[in-house]
Amino acid sequence: MNRLDDTLNRLKAKGEKALITYIMAGDPSLQETEQLVLELERAGADVIELGVPFSDPIADGPVIQKAAERGLRSGTSLRMILESVRHLRTSTQIPIVLMAYYNNIHAFGEAEFCQKAVEAGVDGLIVPDMPPDEAGPLRGPADAAGLHLIFLLAPTSTAARRAYVAKESGGFVYYVSITGITGAKLNDMAGVRDNVAKIRKRTKTPVAVGFGVATPDDAARVADVADGVIVGSAIVRLVGEHGQDGRLVQEVGAFVRSLKAAMQPA
Amino acid sequence: MAIPDRHGRFGPYGGRYVPETLMPALLELEEVYQRTRKDKRFQAELKHYLKEYVGRPTPLYFAERLTKRLGGAKIYLKREDLCHTGAHKINNAIGQALLARRMKKPRLIAETGAGQHGVATATVAAMFGLQCEIYMGTEDMQRQALNVFRMRLLGSTVTGVDAGSRTLKDAISEAMRDWTTNVRTTHYVLGSVLGAHPYPMMIRDFQSVIGREARKQVLAAEGRLPDCLIACVGGGSNAMGLFHAFVPDKKVRMVGVEAGGLGIESGKHAARFAGGRPGVLQGTMTYLLQDDNGQVNLTHSVSAGLDYAAVGPEHSYYKETKRAEYTSVTDDEALAAFDLLAREEGIMPALESAHAIAEVMRSAPKMKKSQIVIVNLSGRGDKDVQQVARIKGVTL
Repeated sequence: MNRLDDTLNRLKAKGEKALITYIMAGDPSLQETEQLVLELERAGADVIELGVPFSDPIADGPVIQKAAERGLRSGTSLRMILESVRHLRTSTQIPIVLMAYYNNIHAFGEAEFCQKAVEAGVDGLIVPDMPPDEAGPLRGPADAAGLHLIFLLAPTSTAARRAYVAKESGGFVYYVSITGITGAKLNDMAGVRDNVAKIRKRTKTPVAVGFGVATPDDAARVADVADGVIVGSAIVRLVGEHGQDGRLVQEVGAFVRSLKAAMQPA
Repeated sequence: MAIPDRHGRFGPYGGRYVPETLMPALLELEEVYQRTRKDKRFQAELKHYLKEYVGRPTPLYFAERLTKRLGGAKIYLKREDLCHTGAHKINNAIGQALLARRMKKPRLIAETGAGQHGVATATVAAMFGLQCEIYMGTEDMQRQALNVFRMRLLGSTVTGVDAGSRTLKDAISEAMRDWTTNVRTTHYVLGSVLGAHPYPMMIRDFQSVIGREARKQVLAAEGRLPDCLIACVGGGSNAMGLFHAFVPDKKVRMVGVEAGGLGIESGKHAARFAGGRPGVLQGTMTYLLQDDNGQVNLTHSVSAGLDYAAVGPEHSYYKETKRAEYTSVTDDEALAAFDLLAREEGIMPALESAHAIAEVMRSAPKMKKSQIVIVNLSGRGDKDVQQVARIKGVTL
């Protein structure tokens, strides 16, 4: 069992929902990323998602694209991110999931990546441009290393895709709440509720919902219907605004506390 | 062996590396396309528009003065520059617009580099009464201002993309984001043999009319197959269009010409087979210019249509199986070829196609006079006249 399973099971036993927070690694620097991870945990995040900056992020909206550019400008590479995770593991056991585009993993080498990532303390991997249909080269090494491959489902997914993707996904199933890219506006809660229910019929794996969850109110509504709430662009926007003004950790912490408070069962 | 296989693979290349949101649309497109390609009514409709609207078949023109000047092989030009809108791009745009109509999608989107594919898509959108939005890097909008205006005249919205290198690659990313958001109402008219399956196969099929015509035409004119085919390769759709009908003719050499920019050693080029290695960009596994960490490199070419970091996956397959050869020419060589073809034959080639002419300038003199070369003249150069003037330091 890895840290991700432990955390999601523990929350489920208590009837609580997971708050999964995304930041871009290396934005504005890896040192600050490490400080932010620790603050996210103190503020109530249950799982950390670390973005790996890529030059051509096709699934991301402008907020995360800009963060990736800042990450690349600070010289951040996948190898350095694994070093940061290794360093973080001396002070926290919060589950850490990487979100990386496939070419960065392919350039690293699939087998070597899975092994080194788990050694460093990574628990799961999300590859937004790799549906399970193309995951062959990662499947063996990921299973051998104990790294969860987390796949996505979308509002456009058919029943056949739901069955297939839900079966392939480990740790949690990532339901994309909107037909679109990261950071767009969440406006169809009935659709989210309906689709999460359909996915749950296919799998016992927890279902987390992301893309478009931006406010404490969104977080509360999503927590009502899913096992986990993923917040990315809203946090990344704060990092962009306060990356240079010394209030970065404080601002991000305050926002995440407000998300967590909104998700507490009534 | 039929390629691609049912997973969209050309050997190890190709595939479908896209966000899950797009998977159902790609599967639908593949299903509709596989059904439609066998439909006689669709084929008749496509043929009708290619003949009556595009002006096909395009001539296979014997370039007598160019042949004499170079003093070697006989040079034929496949005149795709004479297609309506001035380039081969419309062969594919018509095919995809007909498919969009069958899928009842009222809106088209497209990316464009040189602007030729954008103009072709805007044109067919106007002709079929479809809504149309074109994404174009702001750097390319500057280089190809005339085409931007043409697209707007045709009733399309042109949206500038100010991310990354502000060229074709970034326009494709933005078009993919639009498609991810509006997939239910929108068909993405990808312009080259790139992207996720079924695009590389489908676009190859729509462009393969070039080679089918050329094969018939050369047999009629010379009574035999050519020795060599030459075409420029950005994404590689005009090259694949010319090559495809000749793939089984093992004795016909196929040469793809990439953009050598300021020279391979300068690092400022778009020659994927000279400086790249396999990777995944924008939906497909193929040769890609990238750094050690898998970040995509910036590219450079005088020609916006060749200025792209990846190449169509079927080209990677032909490279690896040695069915085709790939070479590159520099900006300067392409500009010299532009001048030469204008003066010797009265034809101004697009700067993209000028790369193919530059290669024939190198190779024809080394060939026997009895040998035959077909060069794909994929587009006309009117769009590039202002840029060529700028490079020559001429104020218009």
